[in-house]
Amino acid sequence: MSKVNLTTDVRRMSNGVSVIDIHGEVNGFAENILMDAYNQTNDNHAKSIILNFSDLEYMNSSGIGLLVTLLIRTQRQKQDLLAYGLSEHYQQIFELTRLNEAISIYPGESEALTAAMG
Amino acid sequence: MTNQESLSQKTEVKSTWAKPVDTLHVDGVPAEAINLNVEGRHLTGPIRGFGQMWQKTYRIHLNGAGVTPQQVISTWKENFPKYWPGDNRFYGSLTSISPGEVAVLNLEAPAGMRLSTGIMVIYADDESFSFMTPEGHMFAGMITFSADEGEGSTLTQIQVLIRASDPLYELGCRVGVVHKQEDAFWHGTLKNLAAEFGVDDGQVEQQNILVDPRMQWKEAGNIWHNAAIRSGLHAPVAWVRKLF
Repeated sequence: MSKVNLTTDVRRMSNGVSVIDIHGEVNGFAENILMDAYNQTNDNHAKSIILNFSDLEYMNSSGIGLLVTLLIRTQRQKQDLLAYGLSEHYQQIFELTRLNEAISIYPGESEALTAAMG
Repeated sequence: MTNQESLSQKTEVKSTWAKPVDTLHVDGVPAEAINLNVEGRHLTGPIRGFGQMWQKTYRIHLNGAGVTPQQVISTWKENFPKYWPGDNRFYGSLTSISPGEVAVLNLEAPAGMRLSTGIMVIYADDESFSFMTPEGHMFAGMITFSADEGEGSTLTQIQVLIRASDPLYELGCRVGVVHKQEDAFWHGTLKNLAAEFGVDDGQVEQQNILVDPRMQWKEAGNIWHNAAIRSGLHAPVAWVRKLF
């Protein structure tokens, strides 16, 4: 059984914003897929990157580690990293791991886009 | 999938993660333990650390052991303190590693000192479990223990994603002392675990990635909670208390 159960879509929005739609599981095996998606946003010269977790099925602690390394990569490129679509459970996980202090969380895409473009 | 199965799966997912806590609380620590620098502390994680961020991965193949990843993790969770090398102590649950558990650690330090700090178990499933560190710990970060099917044998891994918590610990890292001590610690742990499964000649592979070379100067004040300093200051007090 493959342990990679993640697909992503990258959408280029206006004003230098890109959205990464996450479908499936974010675990330690998802690194290449997630980083490929991030590299696509760089092809778009994104100033802000929004992670859409509406279709997230599962995330383990290795997945949180991946998000931390993604966060560092965006910070080094002076990009903002935002998120929306997190269930209450995963919002709690962000709180537990303090990711919510570095990644701004919004309830929906319109709010995230407004913040990213503001 | 029926509603019952869906509900069961959601419950299972939630039970793998600890709930957020404001501050840590420790229970049932034995009298011989030095219980400092844990009660009332906040969790930190790599977001809150001071020094360079490192991802270090330690791996060992359990060649010929004939155990599944689930069996390895089950044994590891039930006997976690047993595999720590040297005179380092882990005072946690008497049963098994489980999400939300807080453990007190008494670690070997230079000049015969004992460093007291702790961890919280933030995640545990059948194939992995993770700790997060509190204020004062040498490293602000996460440590993930896992097992997976490798090529012909089960591969056991420890991965740390860490920053030195404060400038003093970072200095120790830069001169190599702290990293060397940490590497030896996890190499010893993996070798002890492998020996449990009859693998006595296993070699630990290590990979280090410098994720972020920058320091977070805004976190320099973390030194206030430095567990090494606080443990050192507490030692004479403890000696005097023993006399009277």
